[in-house]
Amino acid sequence: MNAAPEIVVEGGASIDGVPLFAPLSLVLKAGEWTCLLGGSGIGKSTVLRLIAGLQTGAMFDGAIRASDGQPVAPRVAYMAQDDLLLPWADVARNVTLGARLRGEKPDADRLARLLGRVGLSEHAHKKPAELSGGQRQRAALARTLMEDKQIILLDEPFSALDARTRADMQELAVELLQGRTVLLVTHDPGEAARLGQTIAVMSHRSLDHCAVPSSSAPRLVDDIEMLETQGALLRLLRERAA
Amino acid sequence: MRIGAPLAATVFALLLWQGVVMFTGLPRFILPGPMVVAEAWWANRAVIAENTLVTGLEVLIGLVVGSALGAATAIQLASSRTARVLVQPMLVFTQALPVFALAPILTLWFGYGLGSKVAMAVLIIYFPVTSSFFDGLMRTPEGYLDLARTMQASRRAILWQIRVPAALPSLASGLRLAAVYAPIGAVIGEWVGSSRGLGYLMLLANGRAKTDLMFAAMLTLGVLSVLLHLVVRKLTARMAGEAR
Repeated sequence: MNAAPEIVVEGGASIDGVPLFAPLSLVLKAGEWTCLLGGSGIGKSTVLRLIAGLQTGAMFDGAIRASDGQPVAPRVAYMAQDDLLLPWADVARNVTLGARLRGEKPDADRLARLLGRVGLSEHAHKKPAELSGGQRQRAALARTLMEDKQIILLDEPFSALDARTRADMQELAVELLQGRTVLLVTHDPGEAARLGQTIAVMSHRSLDHCAVPSSSAPRLVDDIEMLETQGALLRLLRERAA
Repeated sequence: MRIGAPLAATVFALLLWQGVVMFTGLPRFILPGPMVVAEAWWANRAVIAENTLVTGLEVLIGLVVGSALGAATAIQLASSRTARVLVQPMLVFTQALPVFALAPILTLWFGYGLGSKVAMAVLIIYFPVTSSFFDGLMRTPEGYLDLARTMQASRRAILWQIRVPAALPSLASGLRLAAVYAPIGAVIGEWVGSSRGLGYLMLLANGRAKTDLMFAAMLTLGVLSVLLHLVVRKLTARMAGEAR
């Protein structure tokens, strides 16, 4: 894999002439985690979908560029809150979906290695319905990694999980996504404080960059500085919503 | 219990039938009782078997051809906007026509034999298969499509690897409907013009006041339809269940 690029998003979006978010400038630093925090309906998923080259229903006036000048959309892998595992395909076929869709032969060694790393080696031939919520999300993470893309877009992928599973998944994701440019969209200040190397709070009017704890991500769940950041982020979120 | 409940229901229905016959005292050429019909069935078993084969063949061919045409149409419609604009209104309009009214012209076009009955069965099942599969194809969860697009999948790959498998349960329900409709189509075709088949036998028996034979042929048709429905249900179980 080549070095992951930095991504710059500049511009505003509107739906039928009504502004969704004011012109903003968001920088996803190369090989780092950027957390985009905001309430629902604020347009943070729209930002992510714009980067992914997906339809948004909004008019975007601006530009999305990569530091190396190459196109962005073909280099992203996407993971959503819904695991999006195909119910009729087993775990192995779900994880290799990208290759199968492009008519390529899936890399069996890589598949085995990734399933091992997310702890699903035993479950390769199970259907998604036979897995727990945490296992399903780990399969989705393996599918994201299987794509081997430089830019990873995460749209609240952990928000439907219970607290313990979520903490486990956050750590696993940080470990496995090392070296890639990651955008995590989330409404959870705790998640942003735990994982962000850059944290931006999004509201209709502005995008505020916030101070980040000095320890490296993933921070301990009881890291004092992390908890302070979480508090500060929540305060900011509430002020911006007022 | 699995066999017990249907058995009890059958016995109940037969008793009810016999009760009505005894209570009303209707003559056997108006309403024959179950025993009389059973006797007629046994006495005419060779004729009934021969005609059942004919109708069964018409239904089977109609079902296969109609389902294949319906599924192919649905895929065409789902993959092309032009096809949707041009063909969909026509499809809805033809559905508004009573298919029964077309039976005479089908006999004219396809002849007195197997062809017109198959055509009738095909016509009657084509729309339900097309429309249920098409609905399924147009209702693919958006998330799957987004995921596939970020994977740089072609429209063709998305159609065959995401939309079609996701729509198989809808196709399965269309096929199950088709299994119920196909015998109706074949029998209507036989009524309009034929010299073989259970529908023909029913008309013949009715015309000669052999009401017991008419009932025997009708019940045979009923059993054939139920069996067909069960077989199709079984065949489509994987299709219907897997994508849930």
